[in-house]
Amino acid sequence: MTATSPHLANPPLSVPDISVVELRKTLPVAGNDFVLEVKFNLDAGITILYGPSGAGKTTLLDCIAGLTPPDAGRVVIADRTFFDCQRGTNLPVQRRRVGYVFQNLALFPHLSAEQNIAYGLADVEPSERRTKTSAILESFRIAHVHDHKPSEISGGEQQRVALARALVTDPCVLLLDEPLAALDAITKAKIIDDLRAWNQMHRVPILYVTHSREEVFALGERVLVLDHGRIIAQGTPQAVMSAPRQETVAQLAGFENIFTATVIAAHEDRGTMTCRIAGSTVEMETPLVRAAEAGSTLRIGIRAGDILLATIQPRGLSARNLIPGRIVSLEQRDVTVVARVDCGAVTEVHLTLAARDSLELRPGCEVWLIVKTHSCHIMAGGMIE
Amino acid sequence: MDWQAFWLSIRLAVLVAAILFVAGLPIAYWIAYSRWRWKFLVEAVVALPIVLPPTVLGFYVLVALGSRSPLGRWWQSLTGHTLAFTFAGLVIGSIVYSLPFAVQPFAAAFTLVDPKLRAASSVLGASKLRTFVRVVLPLSVPGLVTGVALSFAHTMGEFGVVLMVGGNIPGVTRTVSIDIYDRVQAFDYAAANQTALVLLAISFVSLCLVYGMNRKMWTVWPWKERP
Repeated sequence: MTATSPHLANPPLSVPDISVVELRKTLPVAGNDFVLEVKFNLDAGITILYGPSGAGKTTLLDCIAGLTPPDAGRVVIADRTFFDCQRGTNLPVQRRRVGYVFQNLALFPHLSAEQNIAYGLADVEPSERRTKTSAILESFRIAHVHDHKPSEISGGEQQRVALARALVTDPCVLLLDEPLAALDAITKAKIIDDLRAWNQMHRVPILYVTHSREEVFALGERVLVLDHGRIIAQGTPQAVMSAPRQETVAQLAGFENIFTATVIAAHEDRGTMTCRIAGSTVEMETPLVRAAEAGSTLRIGIRAGDILLATIQPRGLSARNLIPGRIVSLEQRDVTVVARVDCGAVTEVHLTLAARDSLELRPGCEVWLIVKTHSCHIMAGGMIE
Repeated sequence: MDWQAFWLSIRLAVLVAAILFVAGLPIAYWIAYSRWRWKFLVEAVVALPIVLPPTVLGFYVLVALGSRSPLGRWWQSLTGHTLAFTFAGLVIGSIVYSLPFAVQPFAAAFTLVDPKLRAASSVLGASKLRTFVRVVLPLSVPGLVTGVALSFAHTMGEFGVVLMVGGNIPGVTRTVSIDIYDRVQAFDYAAANQTALVLLAISFVSLCLVYGMNRKMWTVWPWKERP
């Protein structure tokens, strides 16, 4: 209540800047045109933009940066109108003060790291330009390569130079197009830390394109999922990723098993339904979906980590799905064992090394799959027509 | 050997290459980056001298420079004499004749510059001119060298256009190739051979310069190995 009192002696809390992106862009593609049509608000902090390739992510960034003019709509970033179709506003790209890290980084190959970073500071007084450049070289830990050309430094250093070049200009919005895609996990984690630190200090909207699930959770305060030019889901990483309603999101969230299934019977009283997996006789009990009627087709997603394995038929379990099968293959990935089990449909199960050894699992073993009803996620998605 | 003709040819070629370097850049820029749907018409016109017989080109240039054309009249009112059969007329004819040899390598080099680099430059606040000077030009150096060297070598060896526009006035319009033609007409094969050899050497050396330098460019940059 006190915060809204008009009689406060203190200056009022600063009103957050408004950023709205609402646009339509048609790209001519052989066959039928690709249409990007999105509407969202952009808050200060990191917003993850996820989508399969061809979803329109880069086109969206280009529209915000001013490299591609939208056909309609408006782009307002931190109260500054970049583009407004109705009012005929289209701020030239040079005057938008956008920080943009391109997918291939687009470092100038003939300029040194330092010259690359200073490039956007042409209007700044030379002494201040030097101060700013060396400060950011220092804080991104690339001072030792300041006179090297991009081709002479490592991938991680190139990434840092690209990031520093965008950040040094004090952008009012930051667009990052898979900036860390090519890096190993350790380098990635360090750069993410740098980016978070910068974000803490500046609090501008950051739109971050990625394919990586780890990056979504490591960075995101919000996720936008883009598919076929439209936003199909948005929210916090936890909300979007733990209960995905769309297949695109399910893949992002790590549903290794996605089956097409037919509804056999709905059990209104129990809140469940029985579904048969297409191409098999396997029947599963899943949570009830209101719209589903007997005979309708849907998709079921199950995380490989949510499935238990037993070598003898278990009894006295609350889990409703006990499915017999045979191990097809076992593959060790890092500290996880990926088992592929044929139970009519091939299912991926993730185990620990210890579990594999104590159960003496090997290809050909007869096993039981145990799946809780609520581990079966029913989703709408691409495959249902 | 006719050193006067040599000196004249070199002066002409250097001047033409220099003018084409300056004039060719904006034309090449436009050809490389314009999205105008009729652009191909301009490209065809620029490339015409490659396929057109030099006599045809020379004929039209002669007509354009003559006292009946607006350009010829304007020049005459300015200087009191016509452009035809003068060194200045020769320069104009050669510029037209060698234009594609400068513009095409320039434009090819500009199109090879990654569009993302130009986009990055714009995003960082650079005007189109600054992007051109700071990014496109430095990354097009091999193409620029090629264009300048080719227009120089091409002008050095031109014959038909010179004959049509300039005639054969010693010290004013008699170039090396005209000189060679004269010697052959006079059955002085030894002198013709001497001059021809020197011309051959000059052409060979300038082409070696182009290819040698381009190769060096590409081997040290941008895929230079880490030290």
